[in-house]
Amino acid sequence: MGIAAETQFHVLAVDDSLIDRKLIEKLLKTSSFQVTAVDSGSKALEFLGLQEEEQRNHHPQEMEVNLIITDYSMPGMTGYDLLRKIKESSSLKDIPVVIMSSENIPSRINRCLEEGAEDFFLKPVQLSDVNKLRPHLLGSRTLLEI
Amino acid sequence: MERTQQHRQVAHMRQSLFDQGLLDEQFVQLEELQDDANPNFVEEVVTLFYRDSARLVLNIDQALDKSPLDFSKLDSYMHQFKGSASSIGAKKVKSECTLFREYCKAGNGEGCMKTFQQLKKDYAVLRKKLETYFQMARQVGPVETACRRK
Repeated sequence: MGIAAETQFHVLAVDDSLIDRKLIEKLLKTSSFQVTAVDSGSKALEFLGLQEEEQRNHHPQEMEVNLIITDYSMPGMTGYDLLRKIKESSSLKDIPVVIMSSENIPSRINRCLEEGAEDFFLKPVQLSDVNKLRPHLLGSRTLLEI
Repeated sequence: MERTQQHRQVAHMRQSLFDQGLLDEQFVQLEELQDDANPNFVEEVVTLFYRDSARLVLNIDQALDKSPLDFSKLDSYMHQFKGSASSIGAKKVKSECTLFREYCKAGNGEGCMKTFQQLKKDYAVLRKKLETYFQMARQVGPVETACRRK
């Protein structure tokens, strides 16, 4: 694979369950994504805030987050709360967000989609779901499908 | 060859876990994610499940000891348990979790307790069988699963 300047997409995964974090991380890595996994919405925002600073001070292309995938049911800040905070932030609102949930509740799904979520995955998430992520990715317009 | 016989035993053991309704398709998904970079992926995830389950069983046992029962709390614990079970493909345990949650919603303490006793039994059986299976598999070396692609 000697393609020059090949960028890997960076996904931020958020889930309070250790098992599910391990799973989503493996699914994403198998799909050739770079992954950062955190266990809460507040840690996610912290990471994204840190990202902003990196971009201002150093190289803008390094460590950019291209997509956020988050569990819905988390203690403290839910996935929905996180989604809202991201969409309310001028610097983060363009990052696509995907919600995961073990419960198939149409009103919940609609609420998330209305708030700006790109997609909603039912758990357990499969490789076929993760393969659907590429079209949602920020900045993937000019890239060829491998 | 003794080796082939052992391979067949491992494959048979694996198949029986599905046939007995203990595991579902999600377990196969885990197997398909296992590769050279993560050769023990399935066992690692299942070990996390044991740890998670131990914690939740303790919490639920304690919560069931209280009077009156906090059904909301019980449901919350069981939601987590169900999630973990679902993620590793523990079919039977998962359905017990669903049943427990239905009793929670109905405020049926008796139902919750009976279901939980059964769940603990089923969980113990599953754990024992999986531990045996992984031990056998390790002794024999990599086994081709029926659904492996590539």
